[in-house]
Amino acid sequence: MSTATAPPPKKTNRIGLEVLSYKGARTTLCAGCGHNAISERIIECFYELGVEPWRVGKFSGIGCSSKSPAYFLNLSHGFNGVHGRMPALATGAILANRNILGLGVTGDGDTASIGIGQFMHLVRRNLPMIYIIEDNGVYGLTKGQFSATADVGSKLKTGVINDLPPFDCCALALKWGATFVARSFSGDKKQLQALLKTAIAHDGLSVIDVVSPCVTFNDHEGSTKSYSYMKEHEEALHTLDFVPSYEDISVEIAEGEVRDVQLHDGSHLRIRKLGRDYDPTSILSALAALEEAGKQHEVLTGVLYVNTEKPNFLELLHLAEEPLATLPLSSVRPAKEALDEIMEELR
Amino acid sequence: MSTLEVSPAEPRLDESGHTVVNDFSIQVATVNGSGSQTANTVLMRAIFQMGVPVSGKNMFPSNIAGLPTWFTIRASKHGYIGRKKEIDFLVAMNPETAREDVMKLESGAAVVYDEPLKLNALRSDLHFYPAPFDKLVAPVCPDAKLRKLVRNMIYDGMVAWLLSIDMQEVHTALVKQFGKRKAKAAELNWGAAQAGFDYAARTFTKTDPYRVESMNATTGKIIIDGNSACALGAMFAGVTVVTWYPITPSSSLVEALIGYLKRYRIDPQTGRATFAVVQAEDELASIGMAIGAGWAGARSMTATAGPGISLMSEFIGLGYYAEVPAVIFDVQRVGPSTGLPTRTMQGDILPNAVLSHGDTKHPMFFPCSPEECFTMAIDAFDFAERFQTPVFVMTDLDLGMNNWMADPFPYPEKPLDRGKVLTAEDLDRLGGFARYDDVDGDGIGYRTLPATNHPAAAYFARGSGHNEKAQYTEREDDYMHNMDRLARKFETMRKHLPAPEIHEREEAEIGFVAAGTSHYAVDESRDQLQAEYGIPASYLRLKAYPFTKELTEFIDRHERVYVVDQNRDAQLLALMRLEMTPEQIAKLRSIRYYGGLPLDARTVTDEVVRQEER
Repeated sequence: MSTATAPPPKKTNRIGLEVLSYKGARTTLCAGCGHNAISERIIECFYELGVEPWRVGKFSGIGCSSKSPAYFLNLSHGFNGVHGRMPALATGAILANRNILGLGVTGDGDTASIGIGQFMHLVRRNLPMIYIIEDNGVYGLTKGQFSATADVGSKLKTGVINDLPPFDCCALALKWGATFVARSFSGDKKQLQALLKTAIAHDGLSVIDVVSPCVTFNDHEGSTKSYSYMKEHEEALHTLDFVPSYEDISVEIAEGEVRDVQLHDGSHLRIRKLGRDYDPTSILSALAALEEAGKQHEVLTGVLYVNTEKPNFLELLHLAEEPLATLPLSSVRPAKEALDEIMEELR
Repeated sequence: MSTLEVSPAEPRLDESGHTVVNDFSIQVATVNGSGSQTANTVLMRAIFQMGVPVSGKNMFPSNIAGLPTWFTIRASKHGYIGRKKEIDFLVAMNPETAREDVMKLESGAAVVYDEPLKLNALRSDLHFYPAPFDKLVAPVCPDAKLRKLVRNMIYDGMVAWLLSIDMQEVHTALVKQFGKRKAKAAELNWGAAQAGFDYAARTFTKTDPYRVESMNATTGKIIIDGNSACALGAMFAGVTVVTWYPITPSSSLVEALIGYLKRYRIDPQTGRATFAVVQAEDELASIGMAIGAGWAGARSMTATAGPGISLMSEFIGLGYYAEVPAVIFDVQRVGPSTGLPTRTMQGDILPNAVLSHGDTKHPMFFPCSPEECFTMAIDAFDFAERFQTPVFVMTDLDLGMNNWMADPFPYPEKPLDRGKVLTAEDLDRLGGFARYDDVDGDGIGYRTLPATNHPAAAYFARGSGHNEKAQYTEREDDYMHNMDRLARKFETMRKHLPAPEIHEREEAEIGFVAAGTSHYAVDESRDQLQAEYGIPASYLRLKAYPFTKELTEFIDRHERVYVVDQNRDAQLLALMRLEMTPEQIAKLRSIRYYGGLPLDARTVTDEVVRQEER
């Protein structure tokens, strides 16, 4: 008989799954790529919140960022679509089955250039899903051309200077209908975690623009999307604390210091102010702050906008509670009397 | 104008004294936006209600109001409901086109026209019936603003008198057209029709030979456009996600569907919809949503026309490679851009067969009638899910937007075929699955739907690079293995698609092959060839692509096979050539029409006779 002691119990989350159940295939992105850090945060957040991975649908377009859904949540269905058109795929899938927790991962080329139309219309519909932009200002897979989020004056390795103004995807998102809009930095672990967890709990469109440096094509002197640039220019609006619905929330909040946002599933986002006053429920102040930060060459991070009141697209469509995809024949094929009635009218 | 050089002759037909009963075509020439559609539909319906086979074709401009439009009604005791090239009876209401409309007529035709146009001065070989429409409309329509709309109903009354159409049937049709809610409008229009009838009775002396007499060839039949029929098919197929972007001539398909869904697919208990309809930002998105929904297990569809198909091309290729069901209704038209988008064409047969890049090929259904629009729409949803692939239902503007007589649609008794989908219970039993593994030898793998409550349910869908387990790969052998399986799947389809409809004539050396709305011209042309030239011709009507063995056997049985195409470059013929032997290809001849109007029998007959050197 073996005398070996039993191995220590494996660490599991509240639904009894190990972190391994939230991992994916080994990444094929460059070592040090910001996207890999974001994948890690996704794995942690879904694990820590105990989300059933098979409830998640992963969606992406084309590009380095869009490859990354293969590198997390292996137990989730995923669909790697065509360039710039992840929003359409996700919209269709979520309409088909409203139980899918949609997680879209895309890049700045995918979102701000070829897919900006789809992005804007997704925003306009406030489709309940998470939309992460892994934003590095360049096209990586095609070897380093500027994207439409590259800042004016930012320089490619080849010496080419960008002279067109960038789209601010957060400004677009919060102006035209997304209900949770945030910006972060792939190197800011704690903030990104809080934002991702909030997005998981939020019942509307969450847009998180994560500055995620491209170590191969855009991490040099003169780039405004490099690690060193972000370290110098990131300006966090506040510190964030996410309290899941299943945890005790009885801690007193000091008046004026912390804003508490209750999310649809009963969890809370606690926003503790830093230097400045910032109202994340006002579109106007968000736009003003972004405009001002641009002038100061600051990259504002944190929750730019949150709205837990506005109905999402599924509510507007008044969809059946059950997934449309699996409704029984009796629900989707009207009775013979209906056809008879229509035929009679056409006689 | 060269048309003015037609030498005038005396009207011929009245002298011989014979009448032409239930075998003529009426053309109404009006201005777009003048409410003529109502008057024309009422006229068509009245003839239909008298039991006479009838068809109506609207030739309209891409315009909201002001440009010329023509509506052709054909009455045929023989049941020919294709377009008739020759116009026998013209109602000339449009000053802009009236001269040319009159000059185009064959000698002996009849013309009802607005008196100020003075058309009777143009020719002396026609039967002219002038009427002062403005004078007639004023007393029956006191509201001057409405006169433009009511004015057209006057010619209904005149035509009814001239052709012996029962005014009671006009009244019935009018009430039906306006419905109970617009009783006042119906009354106003009825007054106008009566005024026209009375004026005709008082003033006209009938000299033309055309008459309608009651038959019983339309008993039990309905009148419906192909787009509405497709919409009904989709609803009874249990469609759940409908995504679209407006484009003529497909918009009315989805609009009809929205109407039906709101009426029959809202749960009366909860008030909630068992469907989602999204008007997308463009066709790039509408097909993406349909593919996303199909992937997630919905019965999803979109409807579009040629330009939309072009935009959908990349996503449909992804649908092929990732193996996702979706139904695409393609109401074909002339394209691209401006000009003739409101004219009909079979313009997408060849592009759709191989749409997108890489080795893609797609199944297509070719309905030719509203009945088939209904049944094939249902078949297409089953087929898409059975074969896990995008499926085209290929109609055209002629079928989609024109009104057709049809038999009432049969209620679908077959349960839905949802295809090979594994549930959580199946996964428990099997322990897992490989998405693209050909377990059954038919080329079709098993799929799971997202949000299936099972840790073994997930797989990752992507384009060209995946192995049997849906894992990423760029290996040559994995890719080829997958492509060979997809080819096998395509071969399996041939056994499950509707077989062609075949009509053979004894001792026929020649045969026709056609699809979709070419049917009506071919059907009539065969009779013309037999009666006028003594040429017996067989006929195979394709109902689907990929083709089935019946097609090659048909070609083998005939000396020469005329493939009918409503496009310039013989797309259907070209598609057939891809699958035929050199001997079979040598037998193929082409008949093409690409003028944008529905194909007519005479064009087909003349071309066959020319090629047969008779």
